Amino acid sequence: MNLKVNVAGVTWNNPITTASGTFGSGAEYGEFVDLNRIGAVTTKGVANVPWEGNATPRIAETYGGMINAVGLQNPGLDVFVKRDIPFLQQYDCKIIVNVCGKTTEDYVDAVEKLGSQPVDMLEINVSCPNVKEGGIAFGQDPKALYDITQAVKKVAKQPVIMKLSPNVTDITEMARAAEAGGADALSLINTLTGMKIDVYKRKFVLANKTGGLSGPAIKPIAVRMVYQVAQAVNVPIIGMGGIMTAEDAIEFLLAGATAVSVGTANFHNPTATMDILNGIEAYMKQYGIEDINELIGAVQ
Amino acid sequence: MLKTKVKAVVLSSEQLASDVYSLVLKSQGMAQEAKPGQFVSIYSNDGSRLLPRPISICEMDKEADTLRLVYRVVGAGTDEFSKLKEGDTVDVIGTLGNGFPLLKKKAFLIGGGIGIPPMVELAKQLDCEKQIVVGYRDELFLVEDLEKYGTVYIASEDGKHGTKGNVIDAIRENNLDAEVIYACGPMPMLKALKQYASENQIECYVSLEERMACGIGACLACVTKSTQVDHHTYVKNKRICKDGPVFRAEEVDFS
Repeated sequence: MNLKVNVAGVTWNNPITTASGTFGSGAEYGEFVDLNRIGAVTTKGVANVPWEGNATPRIAETYGGMINAVGLQNPGLDVFVKRDIPFLQQYDCKIIVNVCGKTTEDYVDAVEKLGSQPVDMLEINVSCPNVKEGGIAFGQDPKALYDITQAVKKVAKQPVIMKLSPNVTDITEMARAAEAGGADALSLINTLTGMKIDVYKRKFVLANKTGGLSGPAIKPIAVRMVYQVAQAVNVPIIGMGGIMTAEDAIEFLLAGATAVSVGTANFHNPTATMDILNGIEAYMKQYGIEDINELIGAVQ
Repeated sequence: MLKTKVKAVVLSSEQLASDVYSLVLKSQGMAQEAKPGQFVSIYSNDGSRLLPRPISICEMDKEADTLRLVYRVVGAGTDEFSKLKEGDTVDVIGTLGNGFPLLKKKAFLIGGGIGIPPMVELAKQLDCEKQIVVGYRDELFLVEDLEKYGTVYIASEDGKHGTKGNVIDAIRENNLDAEVIYACGPMPMLKALKQYASENQIECYVSLEERMACGIGACLACVTKSTQVDHHTYVKNKRICKDGPVFRAEEVDFS
């Protein structure tokens, strides 16, 4: 049975990766799952300098989901390169570094510095709804997305994945802009901007007022968007948004994703990545599927 | 050996005050490693509630392999736990966090409200002179459990029990002193204790709480502002779930 997939020229052992921000750099979840069995670990967003992140409370549970506004707290690239990359290199998984920034220069600086590092792919976060500058500002305007993609591609030594925001009118327009800018792959969807109000205190639950909604509540939107984007572009797609089970992951593959990301599910079940991988194998066995690639885009 | 979520069997569930409950779980070995001041994350059996609830360990019994958790019902998740019955199961990960250090120094064990439960196991395990100072809004709970292990001084907001006021009022009214403070409770109480400890040159450990998602240090949801740059995050934020929940008071920026 073949579980290997090819994402923009990089062969993963299986189509499972971790959604940026939900898995740190793997060290904590490595106590629960064998990181050798994850196709690729996508790290929490890292910038060229340390970021403090937002005030607390940073998270709140919602029906079938959660909203977060962590605000991309990260230790900066220098620490990340010395500590997190060597940690991940011990394992037989691909390393995808999620890069965030406030300005084009920030992104370019980080991507340049990562050029000499043993990382397999870069995921460019132009879709975080929780930071005031940068982030989503690049991901909601096709021209801005095209420009940042091109700027990053000019200096990148690794394949570039542009992570798209669902907080747009037409996701295919954004996907085409990223592809035209030279993106090697796309990942979608990031979180949907949400809000929760405590009716007893009449206050916002999150210090940031708004946060990104994730979890199974958003899955049908994510599946729809992955399908639409798969029809619109030729680059591979990493699908994500509320994947909790193997069936959820297979749904994204059928919609046209080449690989899938497990995010919020890790919080609900620390072994979610492994359980999903085992479930995909069982599904393939049950339905006599020899190669997982047969499933990609196979919805009729 | 990889860690995993375990299915813990409920041995008993009991109401201690109008919104405070006690839950005893067969711990699948967790009690063996548990330390006072640590917590466990309990998952809801309702799929619409994704995130585990972090709950402090009130008592442990290594021989019987049980954990006792005492918690306040504050929402739908904890309300669900309060309805668990003997024989039911809940998914749990743990034990989590660092726990209190056990020093041989004359001690204040200070709990405020739902910060009181971890003081029971701490009082049990500390081998020193123990003065247990507990502050309540109105209804008392766990007083008899605490009295087994030390002298208990009570403060209550309405003055119905013990000193009228807060835990520091109770310390002053009873002319108490100590060499070390162990405290868990609301932020204003912990902030005041940091100040009190600094004025009186007492070593002080505080246990914090915050809304958590992963509970294991990955998601950076439950941070507290710290006075020094943290070794993990390289900004002035420490992870309550992983670097805490117990911190030296000087480490925490309460401003």
